[in-house]
Amino acid sequence: MTATQSELQTKEANLVKRVCDGDREAFYELVRPYERLIYATAISVVKNAADAEEAAQEAVLKAFSNLSGFRGESKFSTWLVQITYNEAKMKVRKAHSHLYESIDDQENKEGDYWPKDYADWRPIPSELLEEKETREAVHNAINSLSTVYREVLILRDVQRLTIKEATVILGTSAANVKTRLHRARLLLRDKLAPGIDGCWIKGQPYRKVRPW
Amino acid sequence: MVKKEGRMATIEISCVEVWREISNYLDEEISLEMRERMEAHFKACAHCTAVLDGTRNVVGLVGDGRVFQMPDGFSKRLYEKLQKLP
Repeated sequence: MTATQSELQTKEANLVKRVCDGDREAFYELVRPYERLIYATAISVVKNAADAEEAAQEAVLKAFSNLSGFRGESKFSTWLVQITYNEAKMKVRKAHSHLYESIDDQENKEGDYWPKDYADWRPIPSELLEEKETREAVHNAINSLSTVYREVLILRDVQRLTIKEATVILGTSAANVKTRLHRARLLLRDKLAPGIDGCWIKGQPYRKVRPW
Repeated sequence: MVKKEGRMATIEISCVEVWREISNYLDEEISLEMRERMEAHFKACAHCTAVLDGTRNVVGLVGDGRVFQMPDGFSKRLYEKLQKLP
């Protein structure tokens, strides 16, 4: 049986109080369920594992120092993700800001998106994710998306945040979240489709694209 | 909606209109009317059905916990950092 949202909030509020009273172990208990969430948030922005870990851990330390500022108006997880997101953004900006932003802008075109026509889509079975090659292919496809698409995709489809939560973290409108997510998903489909015959593993080109 | 033989008929929509809403369709972020139009379209259009299936498949893969695995020792290192805080 899973705890309901209000039970979770009560539990977290108690932990927050314990931390503020000086119980450091309680803080670890508080963030532990969200480790994957914050790591995925960080990697959606910085792309590589080492920087993502650093940003995620910095964010947790920051959350610890600023815990008294958490008022419980949002979910604790949303607050934590928001700090992580900002921390990761700052890291990217410090490292090589101009490079990232200009590439993103070029890809961030408006207008309708025409999905490529693959004659048939044979589903990529999730069991294939047991294979390292498949995980890497999905990972690389996500990483090849520009930041605006990658971050919304990770917040919504990896972390399963609601549209409302995503708007808070990204500081944008629900309409923007939906449009970007839409584009991100279709782009990802185009990027992954050539692998559906197992071509990632065999290293062969995909032959079933219709010529129009 | 147009009246046809005593019942409401679904207005046909184009492939482009369907693509525009595929993501919202998967998230159930569209009106009932649009959903019905899209479903009618999917029945007749193999291409759009392939786009829908592919997108749904991709969303499922991305959401699988195995894609974003945390680096080994992440928790341990985090715990140690927290212990070192003044």
